Amino acid sequence: MEIIADIPETEYVLNCTSACAGCGDSLALRYVLKAAGPDTILVMPAGCTAAFQGVYPKTAYTLPVVNIAFGAAAACASGLSAFLRAKGKATKVVVYAGDGATLDIGLSAVSGAFERRTDFLYVCYDNEAYGNTGMQRSSATPLGAKTTTTPAGKPEVKKDIDTIIAAHEPPYQATACASYPQDLFRKVQKALTFEGPTFVHVLSPCPPGWRYSAEKTVEVGKLAVKSGMWVLYERENGVLSISAPTKAAMKNPVPLEEYLVLQGRFKGIDTKTVEHLRERIAGNFRRLAAEEASP
Amino acid sequence: MRKIATGNKAVAEAVKQARPDVVAAYPITPQSEIVETIAEYVANGQLESRYIPVESEHSSMAACIGASIAGGRTFTATSSHGLAYMHEMTNWAAGARLPGVMVNVNRALAPGWNIWAEHSDAMQERDTGWLQVYVSTVQEAYDTTLMAFRIAEHNNVLLPVMVNLDGFSLSHIMQPLDTVEPGDFIPPIHVPDPVDPKNPGGYGTITAPADQFRFRYEIERSMHDAVKVIEETEHEFAERFGRMYGAVEEYRADDADVVVVALGTFGKEAEVAVDILRNEGVKAGSVRLRWFRPFPELDLAGKEVVVIDRAISFGFGGVLAHAIRSKNFMKVYSVIAGLGGQEVTYDDIAEFVRNRRVGEESWFGVNDHV
Repeated sequence: MEIIADIPETEYVLNCTSACAGCGDSLALRYVLKAAGPDTILVMPAGCTAAFQGVYPKTAYTLPVVNIAFGAAAACASGLSAFLRAKGKATKVVVYAGDGATLDIGLSAVSGAFERRTDFLYVCYDNEAYGNTGMQRSSATPLGAKTTTTPAGKPEVKKDIDTIIAAHEPPYQATACASYPQDLFRKVQKALTFEGPTFVHVLSPCPPGWRYSAEKTVEVGKLAVKSGMWVLYERENGVLSISAPTKAAMKNPVPLEEYLVLQGRFKGIDTKTVEHLRERIAGNFRRLAAEEASP
Repeated sequence: MRKIATGNKAVAEAVKQARPDVVAAYPITPQSEIVETIAEYVANGQLESRYIPVESEHSSMAACIGASIAGGRTFTATSSHGLAYMHEMTNWAAGARLPGVMVNVNRALAPGWNIWAEHSDAMQERDTGWLQVYVSTVQEAYDTTLMAFRIAEHNNVLLPVMVNLDGFSLSHIMQPLDTVEPGDFIPPIHVPDPVDPKNPGGYGTITAPADQFRFRYEIERSMHDAVKVIEETEHEFAERFGRMYGAVEEYRADDADVVVVALGTFGKEAEVAVDILRNEGVKAGSVRLRWFRPFPELDLAGKEVVVIDRAISFGFGGVLAHAIRSKNFMKVYSVIAGLGGQEVTYDDIAEFVRNRRVGEESWFGVNDHV
């Protein structure tokens, strides 16, 4: 059994939320909040995390949460952060938003907040679809995945939000997955040491949406990394460091099929699409290796 | 201090004196001069606000919400498409009981592209829970913007206020402006239960029907309470600074047989029309509504009423005309005029009165009876 010694025992997400069994987002949130600590205000747009915080007047989170409209989180956080800093307060402002809120409906607000150097951490939990409304496609849905609005599999590739964020030259950005909790915890902690806008993009496996058995969330997340469908890295002041699990995957990836076969959303995917995914993984590995080799 | 200013500059001056913590804004014609002037005040140190140059109006209201929910005083300005784009968040600001102030420079919505005055932009925000006031002079724009902060932040109100001024015909015209030292007329803001890590809670979480219903009721109740707060604020403003407006500004209406009811600059033009008509022996008067939400009580009994609407609810008619009809159980002569900046002079308004047909509607210059 792995002992996670340096992660605090304090919980900011109370037990028995209404999250689905095996929710990857819920797991990620736990570690993000542990890393952020008590002097934090969360800004949450519509999404799974906002939904399972509970029904007024109760809340499942022991940190304050400003709920806000789907496309408005980054802008709301801009105003909140500006006011707190004007009052000399160091309280951390953390947006916790899904892929729909980040890559789609809220993208202009995200871009605006990063360009304006908003002092905040933006965490995107990415379950690769609109989970809260019943698993419709988002621009984060990967090629070939079935959703309720792509019943034959998504014909387009996943939008590369991390490159879009990188174009804003934030002091720090990272990718993570709660299957690697220490990595996630450390990256969030690190992000919060920077002044200005920082970004952590967390893959959040989703049992009902990805159609796998609830106890396999950690395994699915690990296979995403080991197969190269998800890569772990951080970029500090523009300098890329590939994280150890992805370095290992780059040397010796597990076959992509091991990741795909666990999930109903890829059931019946044709060999041409699988080949296309494999090519994209290889291309992604090459780009990352090249960037790390010559920053 | 006496000076000359445009409506936009007068608003910016009032905002500077109200000292908001955060101003988040996006430019749009004919409002841009307001936020440019405020940005200049912030840059040259005359105003110690955080100015957030957001990437859209949706974000300007969202940023104001973020600052306001933590206890800050906020301001934004917009117009037309900007206000329409902001609409989702205007609902949020009022529903969250956040007392921000916004100045909306009234302008038509496209298509076609039209940058001139029309009230449709604000009328589409009628039911969001914002207080709405329409002003008619540069001085009134300034005075009302100052009062708006105090009214919005009053503990019995805690709702946002939208100050409306007509695009170009008020935003860009120059008139004398007498500025004041507001001092403690605008006390420090006190938002109850600001978001605070020491007292964590959920703001705007999922809310079940019974609570949601109660929250809606409380907004309506505060709208009613706002009537008194507006009255008190206007009185105190008059005592301190010598200018009195009221929820409604009447002109020669007491003994009038016929009154013109209008908003904004048309309401002021109507006063000139009233003088012309009085010279002809017509006992005319004018009733200019300043506050549109909460909607004021009007004493129109025994008078014929001509309502000028600079906004249209398609398939229904003039918005103001409908409000007067339904609130006062009376027929009116409804004139739709001035859409898209159509010029309407005091002579035209006098003509509306001369040719009135109570119970009917006409579109000025299209199917009017002139």
